[in-house]
Amino acid sequence: MEYSEKVMEHFVHPHNVGKIDDADGVGEVGNAKCGDIMKMYLKIKDGIITDVKFNTYGCASAIATSSMATDLIMGQPVSEALKLTNKAVVEALDGLPAVKIHCSVLAEQAIKAAVRDYYDRNGIVYDEAQFHFNEAHEHGVEE
Amino acid sequence: MKVYADNAATTKISQTALDAMMPCFKEFYGNPSSLHSVGQDAFHAVRDARVQIANILNCSPDEIYFTSGGSESDNWAIKSTAELMAKKGKKHIISTKFEHHAVLHTLKYLERRGFEVTLLDVYENGIIRLDDLKNAIREDTALVTVMFANNEIGSVQPIREIGAICRERGVLFHTDAVQAVGHLPIDVEKDNIDMLSMSGHKFHGPKGVGALYCKKSIRLPNLIEGGAQERNRRAGTENVPAIVGMAAALKEANDNLEVNMKKLSEIRDHVIEGLLKIPYSRVNGDREQRLPGNVSMCFEGVEGESLLLYLDIVGIQASSGSACTSGSLDPSHVLLAIGLPHEVAHGSLRLSFCEENTIEEADYIIEQVPPIIERLRNMSPLWERLQKERGNA
Ligand SMILES: Cc1ncc(COP(=O)(O)O)c(C=O)c1O
Ligand code: FES
Repeated sequence: MEYSEKVMEHFVHPHNVGKIDDADGVGEVGNAKCGDIMKMYLKIKDGIITDVKFNTYGCASAIATSSMATDLIMGQPVSEALKLTNKAVVEALDGLPAVKIHCSVLAEQAIKAAVRDYYDRNGIVYDEAQFHFNEAHEHGVEE
Repeated sequence: MKVYADNAATTKISQTALDAMMPCFKEFYGNPSSLHSVGQDAFHAVRDARVQIANILNCSPDEIYFTSGGSESDNWAIKSTAELMAKKGKKHIISTKFEHHAVLHTLKYLERRGFEVTLLDVYENGIIRLDDLKNAIREDTALVTVMFANNEIGSVQPIREIGAICRERGVLFHTDAVQAVGHLPIDVEKDNIDMLSMSGHKFHGPKGVGALYCKKSIRLPNLIEGGAQERNRRAGTENVPAIVGMAAALKEANDNLEVNMKKLSEIRDHVIEGLLKIPYSRVNGDREQRLPGNVSMCFEGVEGESLLLYLDIVGIQASSGSACTSGSLDPSHVLLAIGLPHEVAHGSLRLSFCEENTIEEADYIIEQVPPIIERLRNMSPLWERLQKERGNA
């Protein structure tokens, strides 16, 4: 197994690590039993993501995908962030080892969970299907 | 600073072993089965290596069979005895929950072929209880196989007592001593061992070579059909340089056994004491009955792969039993066998030392690990949750 240079770069110097105390949406996915938990904090203004931070417990790939995913949605409209797929994150990282793909699924789910939290808090109606999590995350997503 | 602390995974070959091997490539390159002088030189080199290893283990040279390593020796010993004893209607094998996969997967293979396997509990300290063993032995027990020392948590089993129980009950006893040979005193006679697996690369010998000790009274079935090598039991031209290198490395390890054990225990205990100062950390495996060079610890709220990769960046090579490092759903079966919850086992770190490591290196580790743990905890939602549960946040 080998990580790309991009993955190592984001693992060693991850972007957007931290918390946002007055976040507009927070999403947490994964579970301790499987060894991976990802938590995303979003600051949203006029439908645009103005700030994003993450906390992750997991492997190098989990940390790198969190970092890359936050980069990709920073400054984007919420509607665009919802379209972010784990595949796009993996590509941006120049690939992940096959056994590590599930860690990237977690990043996609964490963002979706945070957006859903934002919608719920603000009484915004949404289509449940948008949040239908990709079951490819082999660790399962029960909280 | 560069600190290689993954000697339980494999070791650097020693200069002594390398020096012993070179002539086998350049001078004694003949086939040991050839009758001419170049072949005979190779024959003598293999013979001398066998005698050397036999002397150290205290057995006869014709009880040593050279193999490709620990996995092969384990497979051969267990599958062969199973086959042998099945003919006598004995199809029950006793082992432990935390054996190396070379043993556990071999046992699974035998289960699929109608054998019954009992895996003994290893309790919190990673050591079996002799009463459990006594109670597990049945009329139809063919074999007891218990590892000498565990590769992950370093706990050492009461091998001599286990052997004595097996002798008394007329059951064959095999031990996977891959982590123990060259690191602990072993005497197959006094320790009541019928079969023992060893591997060259765990004590500064070359990789891909090992040996199986098998007591003469056991009619070991053939592993590979073909030529007459290894007393007709394992055909194929001998890996002369590797065999010679393994013997030289073992002799060196054995000559320095006491000094090395003392030095390594000091490094080990120093590192353990230093790292235990990290809050919510723990040591895995027995503190006394332990391999001299093994440190195995868990740090709550962090994940092992991230930990070991950050350590690698500061020049420290270690290993972990977290699920993420194994590429599977579960953390190491060894850590689960000693009763650790999954989330604790994910935060495991193994440092394994050899005599080339120094106290200065130990200090470097003690200095480097805590800030990495802190960094990982600071970004860990699990740590945040644990702190909240404990009322620390
Ligand atoms: C306890 C134990 N048994 C068996 C093996 C396998 O040895 P080898 O790599 O020589 O096949 C190892 C090494 O990883 C080990 O630690
Ligand atoms: S978080 Fe476990 S493999 Fe990535």
